[in-house]
Amino acid sequence: MSERLIIVGAGQAAAQAVQSLRAEGFDGPITLIGDEAWPPYQRPPLSKAYLLGSFARERLFLKSDQFYRESDCTLILGARVAAIHRAEKTVELADGRKLAFDKLLLTTGTRVRRLRCPGADLAGVHYLRDIADVDGLQAVFRPGARIAIVGGGYIGLEVAAVAAKRGLDVTVFEAMDRLMARAVSGPVSDFFAAEHEKSGVKLKLRTGVEAIEGDGRVEGIKAGGQAYPADIVLVGIGVLPKDELATRAGLASQDGIVVDGNGRTGDPAIFAAGDCTRHIGREGTAIRLECVQNAIDQARHCALAIAGKPASYSEVPWFWSDQYDLKLQIAGLARAGDQIVLRGDPAARKFSVFHLRGGIVAAVEAVNAAPDYLAGRKWIADGARIAAEKLADPSIPIKQMA
Amino acid sequence: MAKITFITHDGKAHVVEIAVGWSLMEGAVKNGVLGIDADCGGACACATCHVYIDPAWTASLPPKADTEEAMLDFALVTSPNSRLSCQIRVTSDMDGLIVRLPVSQH
Ligand SMILES: Cc1cc2nc3c(=O)[nH]c(=O)nc-3n(C[C@H](O)[C@H](O)[C@H](O)COP(=O)(O)OP(=O)(O)OC[C@H]3O[C@@H](n4cnc5c(N)ncnc54)[C@H](O)[C@@H]3O)c2cc1C
Ligand code: FES
Repeated sequence: MSERLIIVGAGQAAAQAVQSLRAEGFDGPITLIGDEAWPPYQRPPLSKAYLLGSFARERLFLKSDQFYRESDCTLILGARVAAIHRAEKTVELADGRKLAFDKLLLTTGTRVRRLRCPGADLAGVHYLRDIADVDGLQAVFRPGARIAIVGGGYIGLEVAAVAAKRGLDVTVFEAMDRLMARAVSGPVSDFFAAEHEKSGVKLKLRTGVEAIEGDGRVEGIKAGGQAYPADIVLVGIGVLPKDELATRAGLASQDGIVVDGNGRTGDPAIFAAGDCTRHIGREGTAIRLECVQNAIDQARHCALAIAGKPASYSEVPWFWSDQYDLKLQIAGLARAGDQIVLRGDPAARKFSVFHLRGGIVAAVEAVNAAPDYLAGRKWIADGARIAAEKLADPSIPIKQMA
Repeated sequence: MAKITFITHDGKAHVVEIAVGWSLMEGAVKNGVLGIDADCGGACACATCHVYIDPAWTASLPPKADTEEAMLDFALVTSPNSRLSCQIRVTSDMDGLIVRLPVSQH
């Protein structure tokens, strides 16, 4: 008997799930419901090449229309799922339609964390999560315009790089004492800070935003007790999991829908994958990851379990960010207390930082050094032990180290 | 548009029409051809879009840049006709090109 599968949320994890389900032999009908107007697309270019205007919209889409047809996957777009009725195994759309499932996969992703200071609702305050957000931002991206970026994380800094390239006057406000503090080590933060400053971006570290000022629309920003004029505000202060469908249906969420190694929630018929989930990571602690890798790998593991071939998820997390001509690639999760080993020279704009934990490679951050990243990622997966002195010596080729 | 044939390791052929200017990788991935991971999205930074170009075609493709050569070092089971499919932009001359896929990218 073939089962009916419904996927809620048409994003990165959903597209992967459709491909993996068919590849693993799942033969039931698949219905993919998404509340955006578009079929699944890649978000990473939104704050990079697409914002810059060097990447055509058609290239954002993860799969062709033909792919969904050949995969016998029905797309219902522009439709929001409002409720899950677990007892009767249906989902209810906002327009009242009900659809029945045997298995359900939640890939609802995240929503942006909103700024909550006076003036946060003024016209001219932007966020960056979807295609519509970029279109709105591009309309006001004029050379000479003053943009205040709230948050010195990946999204804020990628937008800062594009804005600087496009001739805007850019200021970044960050409450912590360094950039990307949650995600990268000190040397990498410092390197990127220097690069942004070289491109004319003003960085205000340890500077919390107190208010957005203006009469109807943005005219300035108040931060650290000082007023700064601004025409545009871009807020990038993190995201929150869209878990309310799950929690209202009585499924557990702890800042992320709780899933096991097969992507299963507390209900054996309901799975979840991607940014909306929390799982026990390969280091044994519960984590919520916000990256393409996790969306893809969790979706694959859900597909395996739904197709009756469960395999436990323990992939090494990886991530990247593009700022100017710099490609930052990260694998593994660094932790306070790791031994930090620098390889190469940041001044040459090509270097990497390895993190050793008890002598074993736990994480790598590579800037314009893809070979170091690839070697590091493999070592992390293998639990390899590499001597710090060797890693720090660029005269030893990375491939000859293990 | 150019018609490109991708042959997966189990011998199945997929003919895909790819727009001029797109990469071989994009054409394959968007059409659900299995066997290309393209972790880095086409930035020549992951080596998981490794393919084998049909020997009849290797000479007519644009040559590898140094960065592609360096990344190919990390692909599994390479041969002289190995390429990274994200680094090959489709032109109308490539109509009829045959590309074979490895067993695994990892
Ligand atoms: C600007 C930007 C840049 C990024 N850059 C990188 C990067 O460089 N590298 C990286 O690894 N990651 C990056 N990410 C993160 C990456 O895009 C996400 O991790 C990934 O998209 C997660 O996939 P997902 O399927 O879980 O969620 P999404 O791709 O967000 O898809 C979820 C979809 O579900 C829909 N949805 C939610 N609720 C409902 C409902 N009730 N009914 C119907 N539909 C619903 C949402 O509208 C959305 O379309 C970036 C993200 C952004 C926004
Ligand atoms: S897609 Fe990463 S190297 Fe080609």
